[in-house]
Amino acid sequence: MYAQMVDTGTPSSAAIDAREARFQQRIDDGIRIEPQDWMPERYRKTLIRQISQHAHSEIVGQLPEGNWITRAPSLKRKAILLAKVQDEAGHGLYLYSAAETLGISRDQMVEDLHAGRAKYSSIFNYPTLTWADVGAIGWLVDGSAIMNQIPLCRCSYGPYARAMIRVCKEEAFHMRQGYDLMLALARGTAAQKAMAQDALNRWWWPSLMMFGPPDGDSVHSAQSQAWKIKLFTNDELRQKMVDQTVPQAEHLGLTIPDPDLKWNAERGHYDFGAIDWDEFYNVVKGNGPCNRERLETRRKAWDDGEWFRDALVANAEKAAQRAAAKAA
Amino acid sequence: MKNQWPLWEVFIRSQHGLAHRHVGSLHAPDATMAINNARDVYTRRNEGVSIWVVKSVDITASNPDDKAELFDPAQSKVYRHPTFFPMPEEVKGL
Amino acid sequence: MRTARCEYLLRFGDNALILSQRLGEWCGKGPALEEDMALTNTVLDLLGQARLWLSLAAEAAGDGADEDTLAYLRDDREFHNVLLVEQPNGGYADTLVRQFLFDAWASLALRQLLGSRDAAIAAIAEKAVKEVSYHLRRTSDLVVRLGDGTERSHALMQAALDALWPYHHELFIGDAVDAEMVAAGIGFEPASLRDAWLSYVREVLAEASLTMPAAGGWAPKGGKQGLHSEHLSRLLAEMQVLPRSHPGARW
Repeated sequence: MYAQMVDTGTPSSAAIDAREARFQQRIDDGIRIEPQDWMPERYRKTLIRQISQHAHSEIVGQLPEGNWITRAPSLKRKAILLAKVQDEAGHGLYLYSAAETLGISRDQMVEDLHAGRAKYSSIFNYPTLTWADVGAIGWLVDGSAIMNQIPLCRCSYGPYARAMIRVCKEEAFHMRQGYDLMLALARGTAAQKAMAQDALNRWWWPSLMMFGPPDGDSVHSAQSQAWKIKLFTNDELRQKMVDQTVPQAEHLGLTIPDPDLKWNAERGHYDFGAIDWDEFYNVVKGNGPCNRERLETRRKAWDDGEWFRDALVANAEKAAQRAAAKAA
Repeated sequence: MKNQWPLWEVFIRSQHGLAHRHVGSLHAPDATMAINNARDVYTRRNEGVSIWVVKSVDITASNPDDKAELFDPAQSKVYRHPTFFPMPEEVKGL
Repeated sequence: MRTARCEYLLRFGDNALILSQRLGEWCGKGPALEEDMALTNTVLDLLGQARLWLSLAAEAAGDGADEDTLAYLRDDREFHNVLLVEQPNGGYADTLVRQFLFDAWASLALRQLLGSRDAAIAAIAEKAVKEVSYHLRRTSDLVVRLGDGTERSHALMQAALDALWPYHHELFIGDAVDAEMVAAGIGFEPASLRDAWLSYVREVLAEASLTMPAAGGWAPKGGKQGLHSEHLSRLLAEMQVLPRSHPGARW
């Protein structure tokens, strides 16, 4: 899902040369590719794009939920939300680190994001209008993310796989806290229940869009799958998400906003309605409700923090000079 | 890109651990802040952990293309196997 | 009617609560990823401390209160935090200086409470003092680095120090509640911490090449007694909005 719109490039004109064949064999054999191993340039570039977009998603993803930290309605919920948002910062950090092993600096990736050259998951361009949105995000968005992340623990690139293992360990509680929040609302007052239903109404379809365009429209999936950096197709993951979530919504006593949602006994899966892909592409292009705001917030934080980062470098240099002078 | 914080690799030995394990990396302006940040990022401040930080540029790694020589010298060099060299039969002790 | 002990507990709880509320505004917007995470650890520590203090205060009040009713249903006149912690975040320099001045005090204050005759208070202090020691080490280190960083960082830190300095006085002014707690062997005399605080702060500021503001001058107070700045009611309006608009709801 973080590889939405990532171009895997065209194969070299020499087709598959011996080195690339050996490289692919390693992947087929389940042997991890590590930072200093030889790799095709396209593999490196694709991974940099995919991992950095994943990292950007975590960082930007702090903002919609962070919006409710100061208004969390109980001290316990506030503490849980703070821990979750902090985890997201950590995930971003682990992922930037993994991408850096491929020869790009974190500062460069951040600049690409702020300049609009890099993407992040479309879901974070939607507003969190109520407290229930925080629950919906944990339940649906983190739920979807886990579905994508667990297979990535087995991806071909070592640092990315190891980052995913760390992320998955911490992610377990994210989805549960979101569902628990929704449960409390669903069991609460009429107003709370309405709040929960309203949040589900607004977050359901964007969550399904999170997995990316339908398989038929996903141009570069085949190469990513061969390289084992994408392990399931968009539609496979999306279907899995729907199948898992419908009973959860039923348990909450909430209605999924899809009149075409129906169990298909023949397929053994839920049939669901048509997704508005125009909306998806529009949001990816930059025209979602919060795209400009999210980027502006990140840019501002970065720019406002420049004096802090620069000062710490200056102080470290001064201290080093003093130490050298003493030793002399 | 001016004033970038250097990259550090972080190694942590847990309270009951036997050795430091590589857990990841982070950016910091110097070693002390790298340790402090490592504590906040990689341990969420558990007591009794030992943290080592090393600037990534200071780590020397073996070249993976040398892997065969370093760890598995026989694999790609079939003439290492004794049966490959026909020995004159009349010479003893070979 | 809440006792002096109850109010005493609320003072510590409210300091931690309001400060954590302020710091929570920074999440996702800090100057660096690592710093963001470190600051959030501080928020979580303070929030945890607040919950302990408020729960104990609720128990002391004995009128069916709990940590949440105390946090979300009191008006600003019933809050007992010092004015320092409710000041706006400003830029990161202001936030760090506010934190440093508070951490230096909290470290001394909690150490006093370790010896409290009130076992419950001493227990909270024991847990909190470890966290606050780490906070103080961190903020002292940052004050030194940023005071002695670039010209710009030095100027921002000095300006922050000058602006927040007047709020330190309140930390060392005792009142009847303090006196009652001292008499009972439960609490400490606020003024007794001033010299140690000044001495520590002076040392750190010197290393940071920052100038300690002159003695005397404007010394705002009243927060401990419930008379706050205009900032608190606005902060509470944001913090308390949901429970107040959904009376009786559970979350």
